Amino acid sequence: MQLTNRSKVVSNKEMSFKEKLYIPAILSGMGVTFKHMFKKSVSLRYPEVTRQFSPVYRGMHVLKRDAEGRENCTACGLCAVACPAEAITMDAAERKKGEEHLYREEKYAAKYEINMLRCIFCGLCEEACPKDAIYLTDRIVESNYKRNSFVFGKDVLVEKIEDRIDITKRKKSYKID
Amino acid sequence: MFLLIFKIALIVILFLISLGVAAYATYGERKVAAFMQDRIGPDRAGPFGLLQPIADGVKMFMKEEIIPNVSDKLLFILGPCIFMITALMTSAVIPWGTAMEFDGVKYGLQVADINIGILYVFGVVSLGVYGIMIGGWASNNKFALLGAVRASSQMISYELAMGMSLIAIIMMSGSLSLNDIVAQQKGLNWNIWYQPLGFIIFLICAFAECNRTPFDLPECETELVGGYHTEYSSMKLGLYLFAEYINMFISGAIISCLYFGGYNFPGLEYLSTILNPNLVSIISFGALFTKAIFFVFFFMWIRWTIPRFRYDQLMKLGWQVLLPLSILNVLLTGGGLTIFSK
Repeated sequence: MQLTNRSKVVSNKEMSFKEKLYIPAILSGMGVTFKHMFKKSVSLRYPEVTRQFSPVYRGMHVLKRDAEGRENCTACGLCAVACPAEAITMDAAERKKGEEHLYREEKYAAKYEINMLRCIFCGLCEEACPKDAIYLTDRIVESNYKRNSFVFGKDVLVEKIEDRIDITKRKKSYKID
Repeated sequence: MFLLIFKIALIVILFLISLGVAAYATYGERKVAAFMQDRIGPDRAGPFGLLQPIADGVKMFMKEEIIPNVSDKLLFILGPCIFMITALMTSAVIPWGTAMEFDGVKYGLQVADINIGILYVFGVVSLGVYGIMIGGWASNNKFALLGAVRASSQMISYELAMGMSLIAIIMMSGSLSLNDIVAQQKGLNWNIWYQPLGFIIFLICAFAECNRTPFDLPECETELVGGYHTEYSSMKLGLYLFAEYINMFISGAIISCLYFGGYNFPGLEYLSTILNPNLVSIISFGALFTKAIFFVFFFMWIRWTIPRFRYDQLMKLGWQVLLPLSILNVLLTGGGLTIFSK
């Protein structure tokens, strides 16, 4: 079955005189490269210009807080179970008196770590989460020199109260119902 | 006395121009490559990356200098020096413009108007291969040696065809002096119209002599690591790379002189009647410079279009195609001269 029309039949026939001259072929090749000089460059000046991500792009995770600034995560562990790369680990803890403004429910994650070197950014953790706590965002996981520094803890993952991460695009894109 | 000062000034200016062009040719090469591959190219150092050559130069000087223990130290240092010196020496006989005039005395815009100018160019260019040979040999490295051997055999093969294609030019002009050859191509009466075949042969050979793609087998980074400069580091490597660009610029100037009228352009005669001769001289220099820069661009253009030859193809092209063709060109020129000069 022929899928495209791009395939060419290879033949070992003798080259014609024009082909043996090579110069017409070279000139047409030069025409191709010359045309490319005026094409729009595909590369971006990265730190100044960032690429436009599609709405379904899955980048670095965020642990969300609710409207009052309390952490959504209850350390149920469903994300860790769902994770095919086993990148997520967590320790649960019970909320003490006086911590109601920090954690939404009685149980919370004392430690929550994602190993970004293991993570395959599939987004299953976000689908598994019953508390709307974890989302993948359009942020890029930055490069680093040490392996250990790719294990992201709560200090990196939990969004800052004064600096919320917008996940509305992402929320729309994956919720089908 | 003034002649001496004029010549020294000319030498210094030419020296600076050659180095400046070479420096910016490295930048140009990267930009041209980038544009042809739909990229942006260097743009971090200064506006449009214009300070990139300076950054590269500083980098080259600051890098650690490594001289292999098993190398022949004297020759190892001598190699890049010879290559650079020969690259710079070639520009001495090129007539860069019409004569300047001070106090009614004419001073040619040429460092040395010797009557065998074109032979001088050939001699010096052939010496250039010693820089590569000595450097590759002294490195005591098999890749460097292979690169050096390739370079020398390639130079020998292509110099023949180059010389033969030049003979046709010399037959037409009746002089070996570059000054005469250029002066005969007034206006648009360029040699290219009479010698298209000779021009193509000369151009191909110029590519081979400059070790540029598709004839860059001496460097050949995919096969020979870095070819003849595998063991070189720091500014010694820089000299090799730099000299290559100077060679490109000079060969561009020589091609322009031989086939594209050198400093001549239509309207030069008229300009010299109405303008100050010194101004005309500078304008004509600009014309030659533009032509030479176009050829530098052309060298780059070819580099990013055509892949490298295989070694046997290179030899076959040189000996079996270009040499017979150039001899044919000599015969054709001789025939044409006897028919049309009567």
